[in-house]
Amino acid sequence: MTSVHSKARSLRHSQSDVTLMAHLVRRAGFGARAEELEALAVKGYDVVVDDLLHPERFPDLDEDLLERFHSEHSDDESTGWTVTRWTYQMINSKRPLQFKMAIFWHGLFATAVSKVTNNPMMRDQYLMLRDNGLGNLRTILQKLARDPAMLYWLDQQQNHAAAVNENWGRELLELFSMGRGNYTEDDVKAAARAFTGWTIDQTFPRYPSGYYDARFVYREEDHDHSAKTMLGHTGDFNGDDVIDIILKQPATAQYLGKHLCKFFVEDDPEEAAISAVAETLVASSFDIRATLRMLFTSDFFKEAAFKKVKSPVEHVVGTVRTAGRYTDPWEGGIDALVPTMGRMGQALLNPPTVEGWHTGREWIDSAYLIERVNFAAELLGDPTAPGVSAMADRIARGRRAVAAPALVDAVLYEMGALTLGADDKAAVRESLELVGDIPCGPPDRFRETVARICRTISASRQYQLG
Amino acid sequence: MADNRTNGKTGNGAGKAKPPVLVVLQLSGGNDFMSTVVPFGDPHYFDFRKTVGIPEKDVLKLNDSIGFHPVMKPFKQMYDEGKVAVIQGIGYPTPDRSHFRSMDIWHTAEPTKIIADGWLGKTVRDLDPQKQNVCTGVSFGQGLPRAMYFSGTPVISVAHLEGYGLLTSLPGTEQRAAVNAFTRMYAPEEFREASLVMGHIGQTGRDALVGADMLKVAPQKYSSNVEYAGDALSQSLKGIAQVHLADIGTRIFYAQHGGYDVHGSQLQSQPKLWSQVSRAVNDFFADLRLHSAADNVVMMIFSEFGRRVRDNGNGTDHGSGGGAFLIGDCVKGGLYAEYPSLAPAKQASGDLAFNNDFRSLYSTLLEQWLGLQAAPVVNGAFEQFKGMIKSAA
Repeated sequence: MTSVHSKARSLRHSQSDVTLMAHLVRRAGFGARAEELEALAVKGYDVVVDDLLHPERFPDLDEDLLERFHSEHSDDESTGWTVTRWTYQMINSKRPLQFKMAIFWHGLFATAVSKVTNNPMMRDQYLMLRDNGLGNLRTILQKLARDPAMLYWLDQQQNHAAAVNENWGRELLELFSMGRGNYTEDDVKAAARAFTGWTIDQTFPRYPSGYYDARFVYREEDHDHSAKTMLGHTGDFNGDDVIDIILKQPATAQYLGKHLCKFFVEDDPEEAAISAVAETLVASSFDIRATLRMLFTSDFFKEAAFKKVKSPVEHVVGTVRTAGRYTDPWEGGIDALVPTMGRMGQALLNPPTVEGWHTGREWIDSAYLIERVNFAAELLGDPTAPGVSAMADRIARGRRAVAAPALVDAVLYEMGALTLGADDKAAVRESLELVGDIPCGPPDRFRETVARICRTISASRQYQLG
Repeated sequence: MADNRTNGKTGNGAGKAKPPVLVVLQLSGGNDFMSTVVPFGDPHYFDFRKTVGIPEKDVLKLNDSIGFHPVMKPFKQMYDEGKVAVIQGIGYPTPDRSHFRSMDIWHTAEPTKIIADGWLGKTVRDLDPQKQNVCTGVSFGQGLPRAMYFSGTPVISVAHLEGYGLLTSLPGTEQRAAVNAFTRMYAPEEFREASLVMGHIGQTGRDALVGADMLKVAPQKYSSNVEYAGDALSQSLKGIAQVHLADIGTRIFYAQHGGYDVHGSQLQSQPKLWSQVSRAVNDFFADLRLHSAADNVVMMIFSEFGRRVRDNGNGTDHGSGGGAFLIGDCVKGGLYAEYPSLAPAKQASGDLAFNNDFRSLYSTLLEQWLGLQAAPVVNGAFEQFKGMIKSAA
């Protein structure tokens, strides 16, 4: 699709444009109600993709305002507050892809505060991923290899020429770039030796009284300068050399391609899609922005609506955005969203292991499902929530009444072009005793009706998909 | 569906009035067996463990050559009462030193390929083939472990027992309408097959509804003198005790304790971990005994691998062969298999060499304790331990 086609349709949008835009915004961002989607559809799909890929075109949100209105969190250095600020951005930022990519990279380079136990270091890693996530993989890996939280997480402080610690060397190959089966134990040992001396300048004990700034430091005296052989290359390799070698391996593009597809396209991506993304990674020298452009405009992406189970972050933030909550920094309670996502299985900045989160179907077990359903029901069942009342008012505009089936369809549309099977729609109507024509007034009563419909829709199976 | 139960040849537990219960406690991260059961009598021990070695005078000795870590006093007491079986040198062929892969191997009992079928998921399936009790398997903690997963087999995953349930925050009439809609929306498809994921979500939802109703009685019925510690493991085991004592028919319980990946700071971490485990497990069995409900419970403690023989100056890296424990009134306590030698010639690439396959321990539990056929669950025939499971007096 080119912008010529977009201009031809610029004066109106079609249902299918809104549906496609809903899918793009759910995946590249955190979803939106129909009102916002209609405006985006007028701009045109390719324009919106371009805007998503260029967050710098849009103003940054002033996160610090949150602290003005939550003075109990002034100068709060805790990880919970960092994640709260991140959540506030996910809900309200005009640069959503930047924050979505931070989640992608964080899930791949899973580093957890439960071991790092230094909140500023965790925040710095998150900011590094946020600020570099659309750039080049080489840069990202170089910065990751110097990231104090990562260095501590994978024991680089204990990786010395005289006593090699393999943790980072192993996980760099196994989980962060190439994937198992594409290297040998000898490659792991070589990579570990190449990174000896890459450490942080904070030594134990790290703090008796507060957090000290941690910086990457390279200790030459700790570095193993002997020749290493890795993946067919031999030399006195240092850490950046290892990254260069990794980027030469076809396995790297395949591995990253697979993870980009699992995150953005579908839970079980097709080999053809993975290969296409991998080819673009190689052709663009691992330019993430160029690769995502190819991905978002591909047919395999456009055809993948609702083929992913929403992650807890997507479920919570998406539901909050639908309900129109926490749009203003003075709305209290936003920090409670953080443990909520944790109870659904995704505590940002605290993944269960270096392997990250098990996604797809594994987001759904009986405990998680109960949390997801209960959370969404509580938020969307509130008729005073700004998003819920806005949706109700839009449906009511210019109408005296609406037939029950059309009302359920209208709510599904307003929530963001959602879908629901015929049997489930009947269950919604019948459980709420919606029969015949439903009057659109008085407004309060109608908002209550719409809230109940939203709540019931959000309990469905289909609502777990995105 | 074929019934896996060994008709006529029942396990020691299965023949009694109270059906046998298995509690599996997973230590995540690769527990250092050499610091849990310390081989102070091995001439190489202190050479290889220059930094994290435990001085002989501190070890809680089991005999002249091995003993427990000094913080494990409650554990040692259970051992002295004959209730703890120590399975030394447990592992599997071609060990994998990746947490993710090795834990999956223990969870699926399949070292050679990646599968999603958990051994306990299959066990729950075989214990309750007609799916009459969705609470047959209950896992405590955040997220269902792969070990408990088997497609089509309901298992419950609970984070906190109190207040567990669907749409419990809605007012009365609203809740009824919402649960009514939920029940219909999650009903199995009548005419077409659901997609895999929709089928999974549907089954999960139905099981959640039924399970919540059954589980909510457990904390209501519970009363005890035992004061569990506040840490997550103790609270999980307390939850397990509550559900077990509520007698709703749960046969398999799962709990997890993390933090064992001691590449560094091992001298700080290891004692804290095993302090918690020793106390929590001791409190758990004391609670059960208080209610005369301990005699049909066996606990298995395992980890995905042991750690390297030589320490790295501050901790230990991933290894292979390790150890496991069985605890219970029906366990014949003592030392099983052999403590792997630390002699360099006998090591496996710098690790403890395993001398018994973990599927042997699984098979022992499946057949001798649970009264099931082991081969379908562990994908093969493995020699079982003799005399490890005994019938109660």
